[in-house]
Amino acid sequence: MSASAVFVLDLKGKVLICRNYKGDVDMVEIDHFLPLLMQQEEEGLICPVMSHGNVHFLWIKHNNLYLVATTNKNSNASLVYSFLYKLVEVFTEYFKELEEESIQDNFVVVYELLDELMDFGFPQTTDSKILQEYITQEGAKLEVAKSKVPTTVTNAVSWRSEGIKYKKNEVFIDVIESINVLVNANGSVMSSDIVGSIKLKTMLSGMPELRLGLNDRVLFALTGRDKGKTVAMEDVKFHQCVRLSRFESDRTISFIPPDGESELMSYRINTHVKPLIWIESVIEKFSHSRVEIMVKAKGQFKKQSVANNVEVRVPVPSDADSPKFKTSTGHAKYVPEKNLVVWTIKSFPGGKEYLMRAHFGLPSVENDEMEGKPPITVNFEIPYFTVSGIQVRYMKIIEKSGYQALPWVRYITQSGDYQLRTNA
Amino acid sequence: MTDSKYFTTTKKGEIFELKAELNSDKKEKKKEAVKKVIASMTVGKDVSALFPDVVNCMQTDNLELKKLVYLYLMNYAKSQPDMAIMAVNTFVKDCEDPNPLIRALAVRTMGCIRVDKITEYLCEPLRKCLKDEDPYVRKTAAVCVAKLHDINAQLVEDQGFLDTLKDLISDSNPMVVANAVAALSEIAESHPNSNLLDLNPQSINKLLTALNECTEWGQIFILDCLANYTPRDDRESQSICERVTPRLSHANSAVVLSAVKVLMKFMEMLPKDLDYYGTLLKKLAPPLVTLLSAEPELQYVALRNINLIVQKRPEILKHEMKVFFVKYNDPIYVKLEKLDIMIRLASQANIAQVLAELKEYATEVDVDFVRKAVRAIGRCAIKVEQSAERCVSTLLDLIQTKVNYVVQEAIVVIKDIFRKYPNKYESVIATLCENLDSLDEPEARAAMIWIVGEYAERIDNADELLESFLEGFHDESTQVQLQLLTAIVKLFLKKPTETQELVQQVLSLATQDSDNPDLRDRGYIYWRLLSTDPVAAKEVVLAEKPLISEETDLIEPTLLEELICHIGTLASVYHKPPSAFVEGSRGVQHKRLPARAGSGESAESPDTVSTGGVSEAPPAVIPSQGDLLGDLLNLDLTPPTTTGPPPPTSSMQMGAMDLLGGGLDSLLGGDIGGSPAMGASFGAPPAVMPGSFNAPVSGGLSDLFDLGGGVGMPMGAYVPPKTVWLPAMKAKGLEISGTFARRSGVVQMEMTLTNKAMSVMGDFAIQFNRNSFGLAPAGPLQVLTPFTPNQSIEVTLPLNTVGPVMKMEPLNNLQVAVKNNIDVFYFSCQYPISMLFVEDGKMERQVFLATWKDIPNDNESQFQIKDCHLNSDAASNKLQGSNIFTIAKRTVDGQDMLYQSMKLTNGIWILAELKVQAGNPNYTISLKCRAPEVAQSVFQSYEAVLKN
Repeated sequence: MSASAVFVLDLKGKVLICRNYKGDVDMVEIDHFLPLLMQQEEEGLICPVMSHGNVHFLWIKHNNLYLVATTNKNSNASLVYSFLYKLVEVFTEYFKELEEESIQDNFVVVYELLDELMDFGFPQTTDSKILQEYITQEGAKLEVAKSKVPTTVTNAVSWRSEGIKYKKNEVFIDVIESINVLVNANGSVMSSDIVGSIKLKTMLSGMPELRLGLNDRVLFALTGRDKGKTVAMEDVKFHQCVRLSRFESDRTISFIPPDGESELMSYRINTHVKPLIWIESVIEKFSHSRVEIMVKAKGQFKKQSVANNVEVRVPVPSDADSPKFKTSTGHAKYVPEKNLVVWTIKSFPGGKEYLMRAHFGLPSVENDEMEGKPPITVNFEIPYFTVSGIQVRYMKIIEKSGYQALPWVRYITQSGDYQLRTNA
Repeated sequence: MTDSKYFTTTKKGEIFELKAELNSDKKEKKKEAVKKVIASMTVGKDVSALFPDVVNCMQTDNLELKKLVYLYLMNYAKSQPDMAIMAVNTFVKDCEDPNPLIRALAVRTMGCIRVDKITEYLCEPLRKCLKDEDPYVRKTAAVCVAKLHDINAQLVEDQGFLDTLKDLISDSNPMVVANAVAALSEIAESHPNSNLLDLNPQSINKLLTALNECTEWGQIFILDCLANYTPRDDRESQSICERVTPRLSHANSAVVLSAVKVLMKFMEMLPKDLDYYGTLLKKLAPPLVTLLSAEPELQYVALRNINLIVQKRPEILKHEMKVFFVKYNDPIYVKLEKLDIMIRLASQANIAQVLAELKEYATEVDVDFVRKAVRAIGRCAIKVEQSAERCVSTLLDLIQTKVNYVVQEAIVVIKDIFRKYPNKYESVIATLCENLDSLDEPEARAAMIWIVGEYAERIDNADELLESFLEGFHDESTQVQLQLLTAIVKLFLKKPTETQELVQQVLSLATQDSDNPDLRDRGYIYWRLLSTDPVAAKEVVLAEKPLISEETDLIEPTLLEELICHIGTLASVYHKPPSAFVEGSRGVQHKRLPARAGSGESAESPDTVSTGGVSEAPPAVIPSQGDLLGDLLNLDLTPPTTTGPPPPTSSMQMGAMDLLGGGLDSLLGGDIGGSPAMGASFGAPPAVMPGSFNAPVSGGLSDLFDLGGGVGMPMGAYVPPKTVWLPAMKAKGLEISGTFARRSGVVQMEMTLTNKAMSVMGDFAIQFNRNSFGLAPAGPLQVLTPFTPNQSIEVTLPLNTVGPVMKMEPLNNLQVAVKNNIDVFYFSCQYPISMLFVEDGKMERQVFLATWKDIPNDNESQFQIKDCHLNSDAASNKLQGSNIFTIAKRTVDGQDMLYQSMKLTNGIWILAELKVQAGNPNYTISLKCRAPEVAQSVFQSYEAVLKN
């Protein structure tokens, strides 16, 4: 149904650690993995699923590691990839950084985790906060406290332990919206959407019941309210803790939150957004002599708002040399290893317009290899503001002990996949 | 402090030391020792010798230590089944431990020890654990039943575990339910016909309740299980759908895809006019789109599935074109899939945008992606008639770029555009013809030839163009040959007067000189058509072609239905039924979509294969090139009735007269004169057969002989042909050419000395420089004197391998000095390393296995031997002649794996694995040797031996 075995390999294909869950695939089959991958790389056609005889390899890469699952059945591929990414998440939370060294430094815990995360190819408990309650790095002595399975493991509420205590009960809510834009070379917006994420940092005692109210258009329509601005969310995804059937029936977002930090929900909005930072570029390439770049950036958002840490990344040919820059604000830097000019503007108020000119030399002997046409990309962050206008109307917190708790809300809009094609 | 320190000890006597530490009284020391053992195991060292000592540590109250010992057991129990029994008692005891963590750990581990003897002892503890008070233990025990079933199915049935497992579906704890469902599904997979899951409305209800409460993984198990259920009617179907749709909002992509699978399947039963049906369709689109923001691998799985979904239900995503636009930083596999879906979604409404995008992609640098983009433009033209003109002009722009592969792709799709819109865009032919020379891919060449033949009357120099292709006829691929044959026949029928010679030439090339039966048959068909009834020939060959359909590469409907039932799985990624890639699943029933309610057929009826989608006739598909059907289409034999019964022989000349008077007469006459056999063939087709079959038959026979020769007697060692080592110019008239051979176990240098000087030579002597294998002359160089001008003599110099050794670069390089009465000359030559393979190089099987494992993988090197047409037995025999011994042969999936060993004169063993796939002339060879530097030369020898 799922994975027969899971391997962690280094970049040379050496097995760092592995776990055979089902025993129906020979463990030495993994030796074929890297040769297969290298062959695919050579042909320029890598694929996350590879097969060798009856054995199928499903793999992901993380830092200097390959995480590979093998199977000889018609496995649920999406489950396997989700699980591999979950492995990365759990290991990262345990070891800060998941890489070759951390695997070796913690092999005992890694084995324990592999044993607990999956059984006979079926993923089991994968919530790292809960796992940390009974798989610890100090090597648990068998004390009375540890002799119990945390009830959380098999509870319906499998993401929160009982008996959590805080002196001051607070919830911090971050509403973060990322803007994805794809603009064609002729300046027309090909596609744009907003991916929003609501993150919680929960510091609440006991088993609190929370209810989150948003200015959700469907909800307002349901309840017959039409005051103020509402937002139509195209698709919403929730953390395991949210009662999905409740949301489905009356759009109420109710849940018992995990302790500490978590992503409560994400949503996608398809509305056409005006790109918040508009870029016009002229890139002129004079073969064998020079490239001249002119980039104009315009803040297309309210005057009161300010975009921070704006970075405009402009691609240049890989054989360019002797850069010269002129900017009306901020500073430009040539990053030869990425073939980019990075123009940084620390603070960019709405409505303003800035200019950057760059000049590069080109060698008289031309590079034979065709180069791709990478787009200009932009990074930025605008605090106290969401493009969609989404708002947290309330966060109700009810716990049986009856304590008062304060919710804090923060809004940020930032760039997501923000690409503008050039005609160079 | 980190665990990495455990990896550091690698000194000798380590095992001994570890043994002592394991038996230490101090708990801390014991634990440290077990960690070291596990560390050794992790890096692949064999620490199975410590089995009893490690098992002794099992009885401990330290949970961490216990886990490590269990881990060790899982790894080595199989290799030490007798000793594994020692562990049983502790397992049984642990299963009754007051601590549920330990009970679960014990039952989990026991299931992983795949030793038959242990399984009997497992039954009692397992039975208890299945009824344990702690759900953590129960959920672990549920999985254990599946493990046990995998080892001994009968035992599980006899012990009644399956019933207990079924009971667990009603357990109060959702995790237990989920694992029980997973275990049952797993077991059911190996018993496809058992009614193990016994899904009925009651159990379905339980599952749907558990669905709301269990972990994300449990939700997937349950959804995947639900997908196997067939609701009784549309009402039940709808109510299940209603309870599954909330899962579409789960953050885990795998949950979403499994929910999509259930919905896609059950939707099939809903009447299309039902409001809920429309609601459901609308609900499916957003989550599918959101999957595209997941990690790239998950995106890939999602895209492969979306590809199926848009074929099954195009209405779901028809407005979502934009989300499939390719981003610069998408991995190539995501890009290609997105492109595929873009073509499927292209419609009049969005074609402008799509074309703009495709044009952008066509100027990228990634070859495969660019090709696909160009092809996509052509597909758009065919699919959306209104866009055809713009597509053609876009393609022409792209042809102007002169980028070779872009031009070729463009020509291939333009051919299809001509087919779809006859007499509309032929004005571009001139531009196409300009690029004739740059076409080097068969598909593009074939397409161009088709165009030239089809529009021969509009292309002034069509005959010249086709003739130019004819020169290299035999080097062309079949596809091109077939196309060329058809094109020239078309040309002949259109311009008979100028092209008789050409058509005669191609017919004889196709029928006489070709081994390809398809080509020959087609040649004969044309030939006979032309000779018997040219009017009919014209009607047949130049018949109006059926229009091609707009959709391409559609998955055949029954397969599509099956794949929809497998959404999210590997089958949906490969677009192949599981039976195509899972061993032992051939007999397994293919999954089907349920029948729509009211169709009057029960869902179980085998006739319901595609009731859902059959209202629309399955769309015709453009067969891909090389496909037999495609060939026939191109053959233009489409109206078969016009062919009629073969007319009597006598009519042939009359027919010829009809068409062009003397034209065909001369064609026939010339032929009868030139080749009597062929002349006869017109009259009596059967007579042709022996002649035409002659080539392949003899080819086959010689293959047989090859095999016979190969199987019977081993051949002698391979001796490379002599090459000139020392040219006369460099050695004052002395020329030496030579080679190396191993004859009856003796290495010798075989030389031909030629005196090209004006005077007599004498006083010969030879010496070798130090070399990699200590080769040295075993005796003096004996040259018969006087060695007069223009005389050549053969000299054989026996060699031994006891000389001084020095590693050379390349390894098999030998520097030689030859002296005669005139001077001393130096030259260097390379010997085939196979000459140093000794006669006793056959390793024992066991030793081979152990050695293969023992040699680190870093020492393994892999090579490809191309174009070798021996079968594995012949290869094995040939190699044996050169002292490369086959120790074992294994056949997996039609691929023969030969395990071979050889030993060098200096005692170095080389192990090899040679993979030979029937019908594939490329062998793969993996070499393992403790001295990996020899690999290259060994490989060269392999190649030389096999190819000579």
